Amino acid sequence: MNKTTVIVGLGSCGLAAGAGKTYDEFHRIRQADKLDFEIKKTSCVGMCFREPLVEIIDDTGKYLYGSVDVKRVDEIIEKHIKNFSPIPEYIIESEKYKSEDASFFDGQVKITLRNCGHIDPESIEEYESRGGYEAMRKISNTNMSYEKVIQSVLDSGIRGRGGGGFPAGMKWKFARNNNSDKKYVICNADEGDPGAFMDRSILEGDPHSVIEGMMICAYAIGASEGYIYCRAEYPLAIKRLNIALDQARKKGYLGQNIFGIPNFNLEIQIKEGAGAFVCGEETALIASIEGERGMPRRRPPFPAESGLWKHPTNINNVETLANIPWIIYNGPQEFAKYGTEKSKGTKVFALTGKIKHGGLVEVPMGITIKDIIYKLGGGITGGKKFKAVQLGGPSGGCIPEYLSHTIVDYDSVNATGAIMGSGGMVVMDETTCVVDVARFFLDFTQKESCGKCTFCRIGTKRMLEILTRITEGEGKQGDIELLEEIAHTIKDSSLCGLGQTAPNPVLTTIKYFRDEYEAHIRDHKCPALSCKKLLTYEVIAENCTGCMACAKGCPVNAIEGEKKQVHHILQDVCIQCGVCFTKCKFKAIRLS
Amino acid sequence: MRIKRIIPEKIVDSASVSEIPDLTLMDPLIEKYKTRKGNLIPLLQGTQEIYGYIPHEAFLKLNRETGLKLNEMYGVATFYAQFRLSPAGKHIIKMCHGTACHVQGVTAITDEISDLLNVKDGETTEDKVFTLETVACLGCCSLAPVMMIGEETHGKLTPKEASKIVKEIRRNEKFTENVKS
Ligand code: FES
Repeated sequence: MNKTTVIVGLGSCGLAAGAGKTYDEFHRIRQADKLDFEIKKTSCVGMCFREPLVEIIDDTGKYLYGSVDVKRVDEIIEKHIKNFSPIPEYIIESEKYKSEDASFFDGQVKITLRNCGHIDPESIEEYESRGGYEAMRKISNTNMSYEKVIQSVLDSGIRGRGGGGFPAGMKWKFARNNNSDKKYVICNADEGDPGAFMDRSILEGDPHSVIEGMMICAYAIGASEGYIYCRAEYPLAIKRLNIALDQARKKGYLGQNIFGIPNFNLEIQIKEGAGAFVCGEETALIASIEGERGMPRRRPPFPAESGLWKHPTNINNVETLANIPWIIYNGPQEFAKYGTEKSKGTKVFALTGKIKHGGLVEVPMGITIKDIIYKLGGGITGGKKFKAVQLGGPSGGCIPEYLSHTIVDYDSVNATGAIMGSGGMVVMDETTCVVDVARFFLDFTQKESCGKCTFCRIGTKRMLEILTRITEGEGKQGDIELLEEIAHTIKDSSLCGLGQTAPNPVLTTIKYFRDEYEAHIRDHKCPALSCKKLLTYEVIAENCTGCMACAKGCPVNAIEGEKKQVHHILQDVCIQCGVCFTKCKFKAIRLS
Repeated sequence: MRIKRIIPEKIVDSASVSEIPDLTLMDPLIEKYKTRKGNLIPLLQGTQEIYGYIPHEAFLKLNRETGLKLNEMYGVATFYAQFRLSPAGKHIIKMCHGTACHVQGVTAITDEISDLLNVKDGETTEDKVFTLETVACLGCCSLAPVMMIGEETHGKLTPKEASKIVKEIRRNEKFTENVKS
């Protein structure tokens, strides 16, 4: 009989859901009861909505338990580990039981996330036991030339997963063709799109795959130094990367003549980003590594020609690099088997917002948005109506429900006015106001604009002012046209991707939800009942107990009524702050 | 907007801070990075790690000992969201205002905490226990709304829960305070 193994998912999301305590509790009880089972840790399998996740492997098979908070640990140990009787109610998936939530895994193809949630990210041995560093060995053992490596990446058809969708192999080729005694490879781990977290998950769950990807890239283009530019907001990712780099160094996978390839030397270091969205832009990122303000530079020259410290540089993002070892090891045709004609392979999406199964999914390109949301994502929370999905973050756009048959590949998504971006999918239901969402994004890009280009710096500010005005019921006739005009000007006259795409959320929401803008401007109404300033608050007499909580909370004394008597809101005094609504414990305030 | 958030209301001049920070703490840091290329940001990050913010004197010392120009350092320090030019509270509350958290109603939670502590975004409470900050995405979007206090991330929040967590920390602080005195 083998020892039972308990594996706890300790990614950032798991930890936020309390997995750390769960992990400790397993340890505590094991020691207290002198039990004999093994406890291991792994990272996130993407099923964030059921965190903390615990996998138990014993002689009878594998069992994935969901929502294992501290309180359930005791019961699981008692029943499953001590008495060999698994608890079906808590199991998400096993050979025998399959809960409804397990549909989350159906249709997923894991290439990028192949190891996430399956290995201990702090162990190089576990990475190697699942084929890790085999791609590097293959290059070394078969004397694969750099041309052949680049050709493989080209043949796989993989396009940059960070936003632009530029073919990765082409980039490598450019960097290779520029002669220089020094070249750099950079991993862009400055995941800036608020609402996407696949890069964090990969770095936390499988850091070696990214390092191996960088090695292969360095070999292909002839680089000898590498940087991983990682957001400081991801402390756990940085910690695990550091561990992984140390392990690789100890094993001789970094350093001189690595994998026995003569003159192939590589050192990789981590640079912590200091918090600036614009640093996702290649040239701004380079400026930041050089220790300057992260402001984009004019291109050409492209980084492949003159990048970091004026040397040829290749930059790929985390998700792209994590795919590379798999492609080299399994061959480009295997990768190109998935996807559509112009978008090959799989793509990771972060499902968030009003969706039942929030988390990370990896699907072949070409699947429809609808399938992602309904089949994998389980549909909309609370039985509400699906309204739109924001794809591509602040640079992307809103895709309305009636276009949800759109397939995910670069070109189809671009055709809607959104972009694939890094793959953040924020799902919105009927209670989300799209004008407010557009305002939210402009608020973000306006703050993050580096200020170099006038139209981006000032234009986004003006757009934000107009949008704020509209959501506060002060919109004017002609505002929509004005927004469109400024938007196009910003797009045309900005140097970098931030400015060129910043107006997208506004343009797409105007395109698909013009009537909602008009309702705000003309009728001073917010159809989603979300913009506070446009609502009226009323007391529902039947529910009001006269507890006075609302009256006490009201900052402008707009609520009248004696104790234990039905209260009343003076509409001309009310400033629509919403305090009464949040204070009321009896659902006696109505919005309209 | 970005700049407004970083520059403190009144720039803390060294005279008003009772103690001048112990600058020798920076020596190993300077030693390590002095001759490296692109050292400006790591030096500022390291300094902030030591003091929790970048004191005025630290800029001067860096200028003296590494030759980095003051205007360049200040330019970089005010460009990136990470850097702080005035001391922060003991606990920094980072409220995520990323897209997912916005859609899930984080604004109401920030308002609640802001009322509770009587501070606005970027401000520190009078007793120097809390600093409230809004940030863009903590990478736990599927648990939105999310806030991070110190190293700990709290997900699936409601205004009530968030204020419970903050109150709890405040209670513990008061308790240790009492024990000390
Ligand atoms: S949007 Fe809040 S954690 Fe990502």
